[in-house]
Amino acid sequence: MILRNLIIWPSYPMLSAFIWIVVTVLLLYLARRPAHHAILSLSRVVSNGFRLASRSVLLAEKRVAHRNREVLLAAGKEAVERDIEREFYRVNAVVQRDLQSYPTLHRSMSDLVSRIDQDYRENTETPPSPPGWIKAVEAVSKIPSTRDTMVTNILQDIHKTLKKNHHDAMEEYKNVSRKRHAVLTKMIPYWRKLTHTVDEVGKTITGLIERGNVIDHRMAEYEQIRARTDRAERTLSSSSMTQFFISAFVLLIATGGAIINFNLIALPMSEMVGGGSYLGPFKTSDVAALVIIFIECAMGIYLLESLRITRLFPVIGALDDKLRKRMIWIAFTILLVLACVEASLAFMRDMIAADLQALRQSLASNIDVAQPANRWIPTVGQMVMGFVLPFALTFVAIPLESFVYSSRTVMGVVFIAFIRSVAFLLRLFGNMARYLGSGLVNLYDLLIFPALWAESHLKNRKQTTKFKPKEGIPI
Amino acid sequence: MKRMILLSLSITVLCLSSCADTTSRSTGVYMLLDTSGTYAAELEKAQSIINYLLGTLQPGDTLAVARIDTASFSEKDIVAKFTFDTRPSTSNAQKRAFRETVDNFVSSVKGSPNTDITGGVLQATEYLNETGAGQKYILVFSDLKEDLVKGYHRDIPFQLNGIKVVALNVTKLRSDNVDPREYLDRLEDWRLKVEAGVGRWKVINDLDRLERILEGS
Repeated sequence: MILRNLIIWPSYPMLSAFIWIVVTVLLLYLARRPAHHAILSLSRVVSNGFRLASRSVLLAEKRVAHRNREVLLAAGKEAVERDIEREFYRVNAVVQRDLQSYPTLHRSMSDLVSRIDQDYRENTETPPSPPGWIKAVEAVSKIPSTRDTMVTNILQDIHKTLKKNHHDAMEEYKNVSRKRHAVLTKMIPYWRKLTHTVDEVGKTITGLIERGNVIDHRMAEYEQIRARTDRAERTLSSSSMTQFFISAFVLLIATGGAIINFNLIALPMSEMVGGGSYLGPFKTSDVAALVIIFIECAMGIYLLESLRITRLFPVIGALDDKLRKRMIWIAFTILLVLACVEASLAFMRDMIAADLQALRQSLASNIDVAQPANRWIPTVGQMVMGFVLPFALTFVAIPLESFVYSSRTVMGVVFIAFIRSVAFLLRLFGNMARYLGSGLVNLYDLLIFPALWAESHLKNRKQTTKFKPKEGIPI
Repeated sequence: MKRMILLSLSITVLCLSSCADTTSRSTGVYMLLDTSGTYAAELEKAQSIINYLLGTLQPGDTLAVARIDTASFSEKDIVAKFTFDTRPSTSNAQKRAFRETVDNFVSSVKGSPNTDITGGVLQATEYLNETGAGQKYILVFSDLKEDLVKGYHRDIPFQLNGIKVVALNVTKLRSDNVDPREYLDRLEDWRLKVEAGVGRWKVINDLDRLERILEGS
C-alpha cells in the first residue's frame, strides 16, 4: 500500500522508482557529513562502553584472583600446619614410647656391659706360674753321672714327682679352661640382648630422622607459602584440583552405595509407614528411607569430627576431650542402632519380596511355588549389607571434606575463567562495534556513490580549469 | 523454653502438612463380568485378567469384581471388593483372599437370562467415585450386547468424568458374522455413550496384551 502510494506515475513505475532513488541519493548526499558523524559517534560510544565494561570485568577478575590466591594460600597454610602438627605429635609419641624409657634402657645396657666386662675379666687366661723347684732340678741335672745307684734312684724319684706334678698342673689348667668356657657360653644371651637393644634404639633413631626429614620438607613448603611464592600457589592449586577430582570420584562411589542402601530399605519402609501416602510427589516410605540414610551420613560426619579426623565443624573439634568422647560414643551408638535397624529392614525386605514373588507366581500359574533351597544365603547377604553400609557411609565425611575445601579453589578457577571469557567477549563486541561503524560509513558512501562520483568529477574539472595554461604563455 | 519448643513443633507440623500432597495416586478398578447366556463360558479368561490385575495393583489400590446379570445396578452383584492395605504383606494376603473368592464365583456361576451392562456401569461409576482413587477404570468383560427386561429404564446418560472404560474380549456374535456392521455399530454406540459422559473409551480384544489395560491413555 505504501509502495503503491510512492509511485508518482502509475504507468511508469520504473521512472517513479528512478526519481525516488535520485531523490534519496541526493538527500543522503546532503546529509552525508552529519550522518557519518552520527554513525561514528554511535559506534564509538558503543565500543567505548564495551571496552569500559571489559576493563571493569578484568579488574573484578584481578580482585577475584587475588582473593582466590589468599584463600588458596590460607587453606594450604592451614593444611601444612596441620601436617606439621601431626608429624610433631608422631615424633612426640615415638619419643614418649621409646625414648622416655631411655634412662632405664641406658641403665640396662650399662648393667649388661658391666656384667659382660666382669665375665670377660673372669675369663682372662692366667698363665701357670713357673714352678719354684726348676732351679733344684737344674742343680740335680748338673750332678755328674757316676753310675751311682743312689743318684739314679734319686733322679728317678725326681722324674716321677715331676711327671705327677705336670699331670696335676695340666688337669688344673683344663678345669680352669672349662670353667672359663662355661662362663663365656653364659655371656652369649647377654650379647644378643645387647645387640637387640642397640638395634631397637637404632630403628627408633632412624624413624625419628625420617620424621625429621618430613618435617623439614613440610617446613620448606610452609616457608614458601608464607613467602607467598608463585611456586607455592601453583603447587597448592594443582593439589586442590587433584583432591577435587579424587574426592568427587569417591563421593560418586559413596552415592552408589547410598542408592543400594536406599533400595535395600525403601520397600520394607512401606511396611512401617504405609505404601500409599505421599509427601509432595514422593512416597512417604521413600522419603523415610532417604532420611535414615541422611541421618547415617550425618552421624558419620559427627563421629569423624569428634575423632578429629575431619574438620568440617570447628565447634566439635574445639570441644573439651570429655565432651568429645561422649559425642563419639553417642554418634557411634546411634550408628550402631541404625545399622541394626537396617539389617532388620533388609531381612523384612527379603521376606516381602519373596511373598510378592510367590503371589505373582501363584497368580500366573495357579500353583503355589515351593521355596528354593539355600534361600537363606541372599537373606543373610542382604542383612550383612544392611549392617555394613551405614558404617561404610560414615567415611563419606573424609572425601566430603576434601571436596568442600578443594571445590573452593576449583570454583574460583572456573569463575576466573568465566570472567576472563566475559571480558574477552566484551572487548570483542567493542571492537566489532568500532569496525561496524567504519563499515556503515563505507556502506553509506557506497549507496550514494553516484553523487560522490559526480562531486569528485566536478572537483577535478574545477582543478583542471584553475590550472589551465592561458594561450600564448609557454608552459 | 516450653513455649519455644511448642512453637518450633507447630511450625514443623505446619510445614509437613503443607508439603502433604492431597492428590490421590491410587488406582481404582471395577471389573464387570458378563454372565449371560453363552458368554458365561468366557469367564475363565476373565480369571486370568483378574490375576493380572492382582499382580499389578499396588498397596492402597482398589479392585472390585461384579457380575452383569438381569439387573446389575445393585451392590448385591459385587462378587469381591477390596481396597488393599498400604502394608505390602497385608495387601498380599488380601489379594490371595480375593483370588479365592473369584475362583469360587467362577466355578459356581450360573448364567443370567438378561444383560444389564448400563446398570453395571452406573454401579461401577458410583463405587469408583466413592473410593476417591486418582485413576479410575471400569473394565467391561462382555460382548456388549445389552438385553434388558421390559420395564427397566437404562436410557440414563453416564457421568464418567475421569473414568476410563475398557471393553475386554468383545466377542463376535453369530449375527455379527452375518452382518459385521452390527458388531461395529455396537462398539460405536458404546464409545459414543462413554464419551458423551466425558469418559475415555478403549477396546482390548487381544488378551495377550493385558498391560494395555492400565495404560494412561
